[in-house]
Amino acid sequence: MALDNSRDAFVQFNRVQKSYDGETLVVKDLNLDIPKGEFLTMLGPSGSGKTTCLMMLAGFETATHGDIMLDGVSINNIPPHKRGIGMVFQNYALFPHMTIAENLSFPLEVRKMGKSEREEKVKRALDMVEMGAFGGRRPAQLSGGQQQRVALARALVFEPELVLMDEPLGALDKQLREKMQFEITDLAHRLGITVVYVTHDQTEALTMSDRVAVFNDGRIQQIAPPDALYEEPENSFVAQFIGENNTLEGVVKEISNGRALVQLDSGDLIDCKPINVSEPGQRTRVSIRPERVEFHKDRLSPDAHLLKATVKEFIYMGDIFRTRLSVAGNDDFIIKSRNAPDQVRLQPGQEIEIGWLADDCRALDA
Amino acid sequence: MKFTKTLLATTALTVAAGAVAAQEMTIVSWGGAYSKSQLKAYHEPYSAKTGVTIINDDSSAEAVAKLRAMNEAGNVTWDVVDVVAADAMRLCDEGLAMEIDADTQLAPAPDGTPASEDFGDLLVSDCFIPQIVYSTTFGYRTDLVGDTPPTSVCAVFDLENYPGKRSLEKRPINNMEWALLCDGVAKEDVYDVLETPEGQDRALAKLDTIKDSVVWWSAGADTPQLLADGEVIMGSTYNGRLFSVIEEQKQPVAMLWDAQVFDLDGWIIPAGLSEERKQRALDYIYFATDTQRLADQAKYISYGPARASSAPLVGKHEELGIDMAPHMPTDPNNAKNTFLYNYEFWADYRDDIDAKFQAWLAK
Amino acid sequence: MTDQTAGQDMIAADGMPLKKSLAKSLQREKMRALMLIAPLLIFVLITFIFPIGSMLFRSVENSIVQDTLPKTVVALQDWDELSGELPDEAVFTAFVEDFIIAVENKEHTRIGSRLNYEVSGMSSLFRKSARKVKKWDPVQDAPFRDKLIDVDKDWGDPATWSIIKTHSVKYTNGYFLNAIDMQRTAEGAQAQPEDKQILIKLFIRTVKMSLIITGMCILLGYPVAWILANLPNRSANMLMILVLLPFWTSLLVRTSAWKVMLQNQGVINDTLVWLGLVSNDARLEIINNQFGTITAMTHILLPFMILPMYSVMQTIPPSYLRAAKSLGATNWTAFWRVYFPQSIPGIGAGSILVFILAIGYYITPEIVGGTDGVFISNRIAYHISSSLNWGLAAALGAILLAVVLVLYWAYDKIVGIDNVKLG
Ligand SMILES: Nc1ncnc2c1ncn2[C@@H]1O[C@H](COP(=O)(O)OP(=O)(O)OP(=O)(O)O)[C@@H](O)[C@H]1O
Ligand SMILES: [Mg+2]
Repeated sequence: MALDNSRDAFVQFNRVQKSYDGETLVVKDLNLDIPKGEFLTMLGPSGSGKTTCLMMLAGFETATHGDIMLDGVSINNIPPHKRGIGMVFQNYALFPHMTIAENLSFPLEVRKMGKSEREEKVKRALDMVEMGAFGGRRPAQLSGGQQQRVALARALVFEPELVLMDEPLGALDKQLREKMQFEITDLAHRLGITVVYVTHDQTEALTMSDRVAVFNDGRIQQIAPPDALYEEPENSFVAQFIGENNTLEGVVKEISNGRALVQLDSGDLIDCKPINVSEPGQRTRVSIRPERVEFHKDRLSPDAHLLKATVKEFIYMGDIFRTRLSVAGNDDFIIKSRNAPDQVRLQPGQEIEIGWLADDCRALDA
Repeated sequence: MKFTKTLLATTALTVAAGAVAAQEMTIVSWGGAYSKSQLKAYHEPYSAKTGVTIINDDSSAEAVAKLRAMNEAGNVTWDVVDVVAADAMRLCDEGLAMEIDADTQLAPAPDGTPASEDFGDLLVSDCFIPQIVYSTTFGYRTDLVGDTPPTSVCAVFDLENYPGKRSLEKRPINNMEWALLCDGVAKEDVYDVLETPEGQDRALAKLDTIKDSVVWWSAGADTPQLLADGEVIMGSTYNGRLFSVIEEQKQPVAMLWDAQVFDLDGWIIPAGLSEERKQRALDYIYFATDTQRLADQAKYISYGPARASSAPLVGKHEELGIDMAPHMPTDPNNAKNTFLYNYEFWADYRDDIDAKFQAWLAK
Repeated sequence: MTDQTAGQDMIAADGMPLKKSLAKSLQREKMRALMLIAPLLIFVLITFIFPIGSMLFRSVENSIVQDTLPKTVVALQDWDELSGELPDEAVFTAFVEDFIIAVENKEHTRIGSRLNYEVSGMSSLFRKSARKVKKWDPVQDAPFRDKLIDVDKDWGDPATWSIIKTHSVKYTNGYFLNAIDMQRTAEGAQAQPEDKQILIKLFIRTVKMSLIITGMCILLGYPVAWILANLPNRSANMLMILVLLPFWTSLLVRTSAWKVMLQNQGVINDTLVWLGLVSNDARLEIINNQFGTITAMTHILLPFMILPMYSVMQTIPPSYLRAAKSLGATNWTAFWRVYFPQSIPGIGAGSILVFILAIGYYITPEIVGGTDGVFISNRIAYHISSSLNWGLAAALGAILLAVVLVLYWAYDKIVGIDNVKLG
């Protein structure tokens, strides 16, 4: 799905840098291509520069260096109101002194649209988010979820091709959030708009997006579809950041046939897939997802390297069991197993042997 | 044992403190240089003699209203109040000031002349103990009036020979009289004319001729400041204020004594004081208005003592060392053409003429 | 119907009807709340409600004539003041009886002062007559008619008696009539002679200039408040200190400083002359007139406008402006349609504050207002402290209060009072 021809990109960040204070770069050398119709999520820890990127795109911050292109045109010098980008703010920013209908009508009015056309579009947009009955109310008279939908409708009512959303669901409770997640993606796909979505909730990012850009320290660490991101993190930050993850540290012994033999600091040897390592002697941090760890020997290949492990804790979580082990000097090694009728419940203190498929163990940067 | 002693000592101290606190009196005056002259001439010697602590309150400008409010509230906190004669009469009329019998309650002159004779005509109200004679008169900028300095009060109305701004008090009193005098009314007829609506209109018409060139003042300090800044070429104010502009600040200002209006300032004792406070207030008044004390005040400020017997005792200015007698409004050289404020008239006509005057100002 | 019955039958856990139980618990809460604000309530009552009440009372209270001359007032009832004839001997006798007592109680001068507010000369008439009348005996010296006229010919003028009768009512509209340039006469309410009419003019001027000052404060204060609200905290605090600086000096000092700035030989004129913008003999008249008052008062009252504006603007998140721009609004439209409406409560609060303060100001107009820049409050001050005509002062104050209330009501109608916010 990734685009290799950058000229087809609808939105393009070209070596963009941003500094607020002239001393530190908040965004460092950002390159990003977003094709038309894509739902792209920016995910990253707090302070990693996501909002800054969004604001540069919307025109509320200027890039210190580099170009931002929209549909092949540099928009560096175009003021925000001429960019035609819809935006949903974290606190919704619905104008409190206007009714819902007036809020929606506002972008149409400033575009000098006729009254009847305006009313027609407002009605359609409100119906689209199932808020048709609320046109006469003030924002303060709506619930959080309703306000969120109105904000969405307002960002869409003037039919922008690009919509930016900065943590739009941050203030909602879990259930409503999940419902809205679905509604937003559904709407985006139905209307065929391009969406740049900011969140620091990784589940949200994984469930909603076509692609996720993981931000850290002002750089994109990896940009990939959700499954690739989860299963094939390209560096240890992404591996750590996305989903639960076990890490073990060691040194590469040898690399051959797409396999890396890693000697852990405890002396044990394991097989991994080399990702960020290229030659023997390099230090590495290997990453294994908890659900890919196996302790049923019969399910592992006979030549797999096994590690001894001591059960520290067993946690019953309903659909899964979560077991904490001590493995090769790491006391926080987690394994997850499905709650099936034949599943074994490990007891604390029990000594077991664990292993995994070499492809599930990724040797990343140290 | 020790405890009892301490207790006794504390009690004694408290009692003493109470007694000291009772030896206090609040005297109300105008503030500034005037209050200072009273402090030096009256308060300090009186405190030294009797041990009474004197608290100053610079509220004389609102004294009448405040006394009335205190009286209504039934809590008069002032013991002696310095007011102009007109206010004293008003307070007396309202029953807010105590009546004084000059001969029994005030000191006779050193030669034994009774106080009523020594003060003479200046006892304008039953409640009023005169202290000083002051005058409202004009000062002019010697450098801004050309080669022929003004000699007559009518220079104020002479825009041709003395162009420029002049400052007048923002009230009818004095201004109306001067206007009539300069409109050709004889001095003795001024109040008869002013009593009639036509006379009032005539005075206002005269003032109208200079209205555009007048800066109106409401505080005594305004004219001295305006003169010093060169904002006006001449202006009316109290003679003591002009004295300090001329002699202390050495500004190029001179006095125009012509048609100065004499007025009186003095003491009243509020009505309704407790017997003890009343006696103390009377004691103070007896002391502070005797011949020597009144003469002493003239060492600090150029106002004339209200007693005839004080005049010969007026000496030199305490700091400048100049003879004060020639600076007194009552000095024969200065008092060639004077005018006496008519209390009765203004008590009757003040509100009426003031309304007309304000309406005229606002036109 | 069934619904209603069900509602009435609702019973709380303790068996009491639910409504009653709710009311009871609310009652307890209300009482507790009341206890909390009780000190404030008492304070407001003593320092605010009571003085205003007593002011309103004073503006109509007029018992002095009845109290001092009770028999005269009764005797005068049978006299027709419009007949142009003197009252008969009975009135004179009653008057002398009353007057002798009044002189004994030293009350004759007070009634003289009171009646002198209406007609000049009453003050000295009463004072002078007392010296003679106090020696008379109410029985032996009768009849009094000619004797009294001998004392002062004004007693032979029916107008004198007419004044006493006209102002002998216990509660009078006289002060209010005076306050609007009219007077109470035997023939009813009449306009004051034209050359004494000033108060209505001053009321209008006061309201007009207060509105101008409020408008100036809005114009000057809005940008400052906006900058304050949008600066980073540190610089905002610095600027805030500058805004509040005027509060640190006394009103008198600030006003006097304006005098130094604005007067003919003042800083502004000197600068203009030095720059050659005005010639030395045509210096600008910018003090002792309305301009001086408006300038100085705008400066003095500006903080009262800026502070509420600022605190309201601070609560308007910048995201509204951004949202508006992202929706396609230009800077101006975003400001005018989105930011400005939300800042109106601050403007409202500031305007009410400034207007009410301005309408009651008198020190500044007195010092820099000259003749055409003075306010009605200057007259109130005059009647409070100089003429002692407190009844008139109270009536003027009551009218001022009414003006403020009317404007407040108008504001409520036009803008809505719930649209006022201090932050
Ligand atoms: N207006 C500003 N002035 C100075 N520094 C800023 C400004 N806005 C953001 N920063 C800094 O830039 C960095 C990135 O901020 P940004 O708001 O883009 O982070 P974010 O990824 O959106 O974080 P979050 O998930 O918490 O919203 C942070 O270190 C922040 O402190
Ligand atoms: Mg953010």
